[in-house]
Amino acid sequence: METLITLLVGVLVAVGVYLLLSKEMLRIILGTAILSHAIHLLLLTMGGLKKGEVPLLTETAAEYTDALPQALILTAIVISFAVTAFLLVLSYRVYQESGLGLRGQEDE
Amino acid sequence: MNNILVLPMILPVLVGVMLVFLRPYIRVQRILSVLTTIASAAVAAYCLQHIHLNGIMRLDFGDWLPPHGILFVGDSFAMLLVLVACVVSSIILLYAFATTGIETEVMFFYPFFLFLVAGVNGSFLTGDLFNLFVCFEVMLLASYVLLTLGGRKTQLKEGMTYVLINVLASWFFLLGIAYVYGVLGTLNMAHIAVRVAETGQGPLLTLIAIIFLIVFSLKAGLLLYFWLPGSYSAPPIAVAALFGALLTKVGIYALYRMFTLIFIHDPVIYKIIGVLAGVTMIAGCLGAIAYSDIRQIVSYNVIISVGFVLTGLAVATNTAFQGASYYLIHDMVSKALLFLLAGTVVYLTGRSKFNEISGLIRNYPLVGWLFFLTMLAISGIPPFSGFIGKVYIGLGVIETGSYVLLAVSFLSSIGVLYSLLRIFLNSFWGETIISEDDHKPFQKTIGLPLVLLAILVVGLGIGAELLSPYIEDAANALTNPEQYIRAVMGDNLE
Repeated sequence: METLITLLVGVLVAVGVYLLLSKEMLRIILGTAILSHAIHLLLLTMGGLKKGEVPLLTETAAEYTDALPQALILTAIVISFAVTAFLLVLSYRVYQESGLGLRGQEDE
Repeated sequence: MNNILVLPMILPVLVGVMLVFLRPYIRVQRILSVLTTIASAAVAAYCLQHIHLNGIMRLDFGDWLPPHGILFVGDSFAMLLVLVACVVSSIILLYAFATTGIETEVMFFYPFFLFLVAGVNGSFLTGDLFNLFVCFEVMLLASYVLLTLGGRKTQLKEGMTYVLINVLASWFFLLGIAYVYGVLGTLNMAHIAVRVAETGQGPLLTLIAIIFLIVFSLKAGLLLYFWLPGSYSAPPIAVAALFGALLTKVGIYALYRMFTLIFIHDPVIYKIIGVLAGVTMIAGCLGAIAYSDIRQIVSYNVIISVGFVLTGLAVATNTAFQGASYYLIHDMVSKALLFLLAGTVVYLTGRSKFNEISGLIRNYPLVGWLFFLTMLAISGIPPFSGFIGKVYIGLGVIETGSYVLLAVSFLSSIGVLYSLLRIFLNSFWGETIISEDDHKPFQKTIGLPLVLLAILVVGLGIGAELLSPYIEDAANALTNPEQYIRAVMGDNLE
């Protein structure tokens, strides 16, 4: 399972990098969003995927799944949400100010 | 008792949230924000004395003992930086009152200013790697807003680059954290240090160390500084001064923490840092000499000093760490002053190229002489603040025999002197260009923060002896990571 998710992370990073290297602002922003998802998945995988019972609910289970990575990516998702929202607003302001369409500086 | 350790971060956050609801009352916002930063500085000063007497302070949130919970650790190095950051941001706030303009102030300028200070203080104090990431993000989100607030075209353009670069760096930071957790199974910095020492720093851990090196170099402007000059010269003066004084220092602090506490077993990394620092200084000098825009020159001066401070990390001796602590403090104060002066010149004349300005010292003698004093301080001439830091870092470099680095770092001082002297000779001497009709009155409210910072610059130079016990504490904590580890892990060492 871990190998499969790691491969998925690789695909997401590839897509994210491809989008980041394009000229359109909107694509670049989507690229950062996809890259963030890739990193979140990696963080989850690094702690090991489902290894045992849900933590804390039962006292009898022999092994518990590590809950820390989930807490970490929850925080990271909130941050990436805020940053992506800010980037979208910022690129909209750039569009309003320069009237260039949501494109990078190369098209000026 | 240790609970007060959290105040330098939590006070600005709470007051910042309160100020959001006090939007129409600008005067109240101003008073509350400056009181908050002064209070944080007072707490930091108290903590510093406490650490000097009783050793490193630690605060476990929710009483979860390390390595299980999140914690704040205050050692002298971190606390000195917190203290100076709070003092400098209070003075920059005074300048912001006079220059920011009501239409910007009403758009939540002061809350975001305080959030930035909170993020910076949190980054200095935290003892947990993921918490460091979160504090970085608090600081960065506030800086994104402050950079673009006002919405001028250059601000938006530079803002876009700045945000994208930092977002990318943040994901790399998270990547490093994921690897650390995967390899070592812990995120508490002291615990990571213990486990790295136990397992030995193999190729895998060196790779992780290099990921962190890249991330923090981006934040600090070590070699990867291409985003810095643009984004530091776009925002309003007060914000630019805040960025120049604080933001890169957080990256430098993180580099110091990483490579004096955790990844200390591989000498190759220090060689890499040394090369990066040397190249940064040379490139910064070239930039500072190449441009004629005053704000660009000043931004490149930030880059030179980043290279200089990290020379101290590259040689990693106790003397060099003392020098670096002195120099970091000096740099926060003097870069704030330099940015404010450069901004003031641009504001007073309405021009930004130094060869278009001349004779300013006739109209504004205070600005002229303060600029002269800052120039001497930054290039390291006694008795001002830059001197002692440079001497100690130099001594540290000589101890290890890295003479190339020594030559580069001291030649960079000449680069600094030359780049600033050019501004001084062209803009302040000569025939005045300002006719009597154009003469903008120099408000006392602008002069006060400049004079306060200048007093600090002189005071840090002359009163270095008073600071030296704390600086020694800081350098000892950096040289002996066991101190930090024992303070955090206590008896819980496996």
